[in-house]
Amino acid sequence: MNEMNEVRKPPVATTGIIGWLRINLFFNWTNSLITLFVIYCLYQFIPWILDWTIFSADFKYNYLGEQITNQEMCSRNLDPENGGACWAVIYVRFYQFIYGFYPRVEVWRVNLAYVMLAFALLPLLYAKLPYRKYFLYFTYIFPVIAYFLLNGGLGFTEVSTNKWGGLLVTLVLGCTGIALAFPIGIMLALGRRSKLPVISMMCTLFIEFIRGVPLITLLFFGMVMLPLFLPEGIDMDGLVRVLVAVTLFQSAYMAEVIRGGLQAIPPGQYEAAKSLGMSYWRMNLLIILPQAIRISIPPIVNTSIGLFKDTTLVIIVGILDLLGIGRGTLADTNWLGLSYEIYFFVSLVFFIFTFGMSRYSLYLEKKLKTGINMGAD
Amino acid sequence: MSEESIISLKNVNKWFGDFHVLQDVNLEVKKKERIVVCGPSGSGKSTMIRCINRLEEHQEGSIVVDGIELTGNLKNIDNVRKEVGMVFQQFNLFPHLSVKENITLAPIWVKKMPKAEAEELAMRQLEIVKIPEQANKYPGQLSGGQQQRVAIARSLAMNPNIMLFDEPTSALDPEMIKEVLDVMVDLANGGMTMIVVTHEMGFAKTVADRMVFMDEGKIVEEASPDKFFNNPESDRTKLFLSQILHQ
Repeated sequence: MNEMNEVRKPPVATTGIIGWLRINLFFNWTNSLITLFVIYCLYQFIPWILDWTIFSADFKYNYLGEQITNQEMCSRNLDPENGGACWAVIYVRFYQFIYGFYPRVEVWRVNLAYVMLAFALLPLLYAKLPYRKYFLYFTYIFPVIAYFLLNGGLGFTEVSTNKWGGLLVTLVLGCTGIALAFPIGIMLALGRRSKLPVISMMCTLFIEFIRGVPLITLLFFGMVMLPLFLPEGIDMDGLVRVLVAVTLFQSAYMAEVIRGGLQAIPPGQYEAAKSLGMSYWRMNLLIILPQAIRISIPPIVNTSIGLFKDTTLVIIVGILDLLGIGRGTLADTNWLGLSYEIYFFVSLVFFIFTFGMSRYSLYLEKKLKTGINMGAD
Repeated sequence: MSEESIISLKNVNKWFGDFHVLQDVNLEVKKKERIVVCGPSGSGKSTMIRCINRLEEHQEGSIVVDGIELTGNLKNIDNVRKEVGMVFQQFNLFPHLSVKENITLAPIWVKKMPKAEAEELAMRQLEIVKIPEQANKYPGQLSGGQQQRVAIARSLAMNPNIMLFDEPTSALDPEMIKEVLDVMVDLANGGMTMIVVTHEMGFAKTVADRMVFMDEGKIVEEASPDKFFNNPESDRTKLFLSQILHQ
């Protein structure tokens, strides 16, 4: 009787760490061989990269204890035996990497904008935030505050956008582009599926035209041709022109991504909404779009990450974003030859942002899946 | 048209491409009347009731619901849809909303009902369909029968005068059909005007005031259930009944 009541456990060899190792890493001899080979490669690579980036690297002082002010003072240039990275270039040029040529007296405004950006994102990222409603109000007015804070006006001294640079430009382009392209993309996607032929044709034309043109062409278009369309006497800021190009580009892609989501919604959802007496806009806002956007989260984040990285292309129209500042630094005779350090740093900063976006999308997908059995019909 | 008709279809014609799906359909439904529509698949019965709330457009003839003629006029369509509730074969619940939100959504946004009132209403409707305990679950967590009852509650929350049922039990496992039919019987006994497309002949015998048999886009026979089941006129009806009753 005792044996009958005993709960039967799975075999030891298939559970726990040992089970996991057996199943995943040492399942058969080819599998084991590959595992050992990968471990050997990691063993070779990890100590080397740690040594180069941290243990043998210069941060502010070289191995003689002097403060580094140009590339000749880097340990690796003084003594070829001592081959670590020379991070001093980042340290010395840090201000430019983060703020570009923003006047030092006014830099608190950029810092404040960065902090406010974090607060503005908070209610969007965490649905369970206490007092979320009030935070959201702040999110809505944040773009206006940020505009006056960064650009000047309302008592702030004006800081022309050609003084902006580095991470500031990258974030302004990325955040504005993504935030504006999302609603425009939704409207374009709905428009393209509209039953009204004129609207549908216009949206399709717009999407196909913008998608068929490389972003670089659009940037040149923004720089050179956009002013021609404006009435005389109105001068459009260079950064705004680029922003228009980036937003148009991104909204065409966003529209196609969201259209994909819309197509996945079964016709029964439209019929149920209509039979309850909902108008076109109510039906789309309350029933269709929430589901379509949920389905499209992975591609939405994918194109957003793409845009965030594509902002580096603005370098060709003379705007210095994070990568632009990096390249500018490399051209400086004081820091010649430090391309490893600079590109490593720029890549790392981009990676931190894009990896964050990708992780957040995974978290969203998991969270929104709870209890929803879409397409169970 | 008689005075008390709440739904009136006159010489309604509709085509899907070249396929003539409704051919000169005439139907008068009186207030509080319960009509059961049956017929083989492809006979146009679903299309007919979907024309009544304009989920499909008819191309010829006239459809008048509660004194409102269905034309291209969007306002008329909205007004008719407020009068007419519909239950679908595939339930069509909104999967991203909880059961309670499914029911309160239309009262809040279409009827501008305050949220608290709408929630109270939702709970009352869930009592009627006998699943108040499921209010906070999501549709994906419910059985088919429960989902269909939520769909009925969702329609009823808009307080319609007319309910259309488009094969409400066809997508259900056999043991869940009864729980849905019970709710529909209660509704019929409560005096709701109903048009039900179904193959549940037991249900038809219990509640129908009139049977409508359709085939190839035409109404072949219209009769009281007693006459329809025991003494049908057309041979097509006899054949259909012999097939469906001897499954």
